[in-house]
Amino acid sequence: MKKDIILAGVGGQGILTIATIIGTAALKRGMHLKQAEVHGMSQRGGDVQSHLRLSDEPIWSDLISFGGADMILSVEPMEALRYLPYLKKDGWIITNSTPFKNIAVYPPEDKIYAEIEKTGNHVLLDADTIAKEMKASRSMNVVVLGAAIKHLGFTQEEIEEAIKSIFARKGELIVDANLRALQAGITATV
Amino acid sequence: MDALMLLGDEALAQGALDAGISGFFAYPGTPSTEIMEYVQRSKQAEGLHRTWSSNEKTAMESAIGMSYTGKRTMVMMKHVGLNVAADPFMNSAFTGAHGGLIVTVADDPSMHSSQNEQDSRFYGKFAMIPTLEPSNQQECYDMAFYGFQLSEQYRIPVLIRLTTRLSHSRSGVVRREKLAQNPLKKPDDLFQFMLLPAIARKKYKHLIELQKDFVNESASSPFNSFALKAKDYSKGIICTGLAFNYLNEAFKGREIPYPVVKICQYPLPAEQIHQLYDTCDSLLILEEGMPLVEEQLKGLAFKGQKPIHGRLDGTLTRDGELNPNKVAVALGMEDTYGSPVPEIVAGRPPMLCVGCPHADSYLALNEALEQYGRGHVFSDIGCYTLGFLPPYNAINSCVDMGASITMAKGAADGGLFPAIAVIGDSTFAHSGLTGLLDCVYDKTNIVIVILDNSTTGMTGGQDYTAFGKLEEICLGLGVEREHIRVFVPFKKNYPEMIQIYKDEMAYKGVSVIIPRRECVQTLKKKHKMEG
Repeated sequence: MKKDIILAGVGGQGILTIATIIGTAALKRGMHLKQAEVHGMSQRGGDVQSHLRLSDEPIWSDLISFGGADMILSVEPMEALRYLPYLKKDGWIITNSTPFKNIAVYPPEDKIYAEIEKTGNHVLLDADTIAKEMKASRSMNVVVLGAAIKHLGFTQEEIEEAIKSIFARKGELIVDANLRALQAGITATV
Repeated sequence: MDALMLLGDEALAQGALDAGISGFFAYPGTPSTEIMEYVQRSKQAEGLHRTWSSNEKTAMESAIGMSYTGKRTMVMMKHVGLNVAADPFMNSAFTGAHGGLIVTVADDPSMHSSQNEQDSRFYGKFAMIPTLEPSNQQECYDMAFYGFQLSEQYRIPVLIRLTTRLSHSRSGVVRREKLAQNPLKKPDDLFQFMLLPAIARKKYKHLIELQKDFVNESASSPFNSFALKAKDYSKGIICTGLAFNYLNEAFKGREIPYPVVKICQYPLPAEQIHQLYDTCDSLLILEEGMPLVEEQLKGLAFKGQKPIHGRLDGTLTRDGELNPNKVAVALGMEDTYGSPVPEIVAGRPPMLCVGCPHADSYLALNEALEQYGRGHVFSDIGCYTLGFLPPYNAINSCVDMGASITMAKGAADGGLFPAIAVIGDSTFAHSGLTGLLDCVYDKTNIVIVILDNSTTGMTGGQDYTAFGKLEEICLGLGVEREHIRVFVPFKKNYPEMIQIYKDEMAYKGVSVIIPRRECVQTLKKKHKMEG
């Protein structure tokens, strides 16, 4: 298996947590992994992205090529569009629909949704609301991950194992909230 | 041993720990910060020196001092930090090392978080010392061992050059057996660190003599490779550091038809490069950063019997970091750029956090300055540089660490009134003190605002050396007690804040204003830790 995933969002929205969960599941399988992150100035409320590369074969580049991503996994709808040049023709966009408005002029949401609809394979879900309904409002990112699972090539059990191992030290309540969020993301896209 | 998932920065730190290091010295700076942060978290590093230094120069000098004792040491900084440390760095090539001395510099091509994209390999060449440039996380780890060994074998500092993409990318790293630290041992030659001209001249001759050894080391380096036999000699490829990965990515793991020289250790292995040139019709140089190799190959006298392609002839962009697509296109392959970014996608620049104390300090300063118009505020390097952006539009310069105070001083000396300097507390500790002393000496008519959020904010909240001592430092440097003013930057305090700004502008002399309120990010972290 080989998956190249662009994770997108705004600094502080938790895309690195998604990367860690998928990465942990991949390592459990003995896959190779490279994960390029953004640190520094951009983390202050700017757009952030992470290139996550998984493969059974050794991986060369830390960066994904343009036109090479199997998936754009985004926790913010406009941010999903920012990385279209990276997406393969038959790649998937899985994105939260709730905008994060921290700029003076944010484009109208319906126009953003229209652009996402124009792309081929996509899932647009209101992960913020779903997370709140699940009483897991801080796990919006994991809801989006749930929606992506079946296109990632991992089983639900594998991702659940990864979540348990990553959040174990934060206590059972946090683990459970994230597992609920994951399940809700999966259910929302069935 | 299981592979660890480490950032390039972390892999280097772990390598140094396993290679028997005794102390790390650094000042935070993206993308190098995570090296020291990893060491500070590491149980293995207990008892080693691992606190932050005031700036890169003090860090570099401390590292030379630790090398003097025979112990292994590393100093870490971002690329522009090496400008601050350039004096001791250049001279360390003359003194040489006693215990292994590695200077790690993380460059930031494409300026993700920097003022320029200078390439530290030029400093390595300038100082005439061996330079290592890892191409992946495992090499980061291995080069710590190799770097110390090289440093102790030739008694020379070794430069390790990282770039953002490797510093901040994670991958699996396999560890080796640990080495013990060196014992404390003074240099056998007590002249070694004595650069009086008569001695320095001898040192320079020695350094020149070493150059051929360094070239030989590059030729036999485990990190360089010379695949000089290939199917297709129409093109020979030289790639440095990360570019090697992009080359392989372009061929998607298939065999590369052209001869390829991979350079991760400098000075350049001249003989192998000559062979490549002789056997190929043209050369393509792929290097992350500025065209160091390309310029050396072309030289001023180059008449171009065979084309050499790279950043200088436009085959690759002259600036900015490489990526797999740029390299593929340079190889004559198709660009795989996907759909364009829709026009409605708006830029989302970084900004001051909600509730940031700097925001309040700036908004009040803007009001206090209203009658003078814009163009009076010299600023510095840190989160508060974001005060340049709307809605603040509060500052007019950002050049280098500490330049706020000295540029404002120069402007005041040139007649500008009011002349305001805005500098962060950690930046003040880094490079503000000497500038303030200049102002006191000249009784400059200046207002210096030290934005005290009690941390090094932009790099993620590190300690700094002047914490809790700002007023005492200013007093000690000769600022009058009644012109050191402190307030808490909150919206409700605007009237008081504006008055203090205005009063101190009216005072003809050196005023220091300290808006003091903790960074909201470090505050959040503390609450999390306690909760």
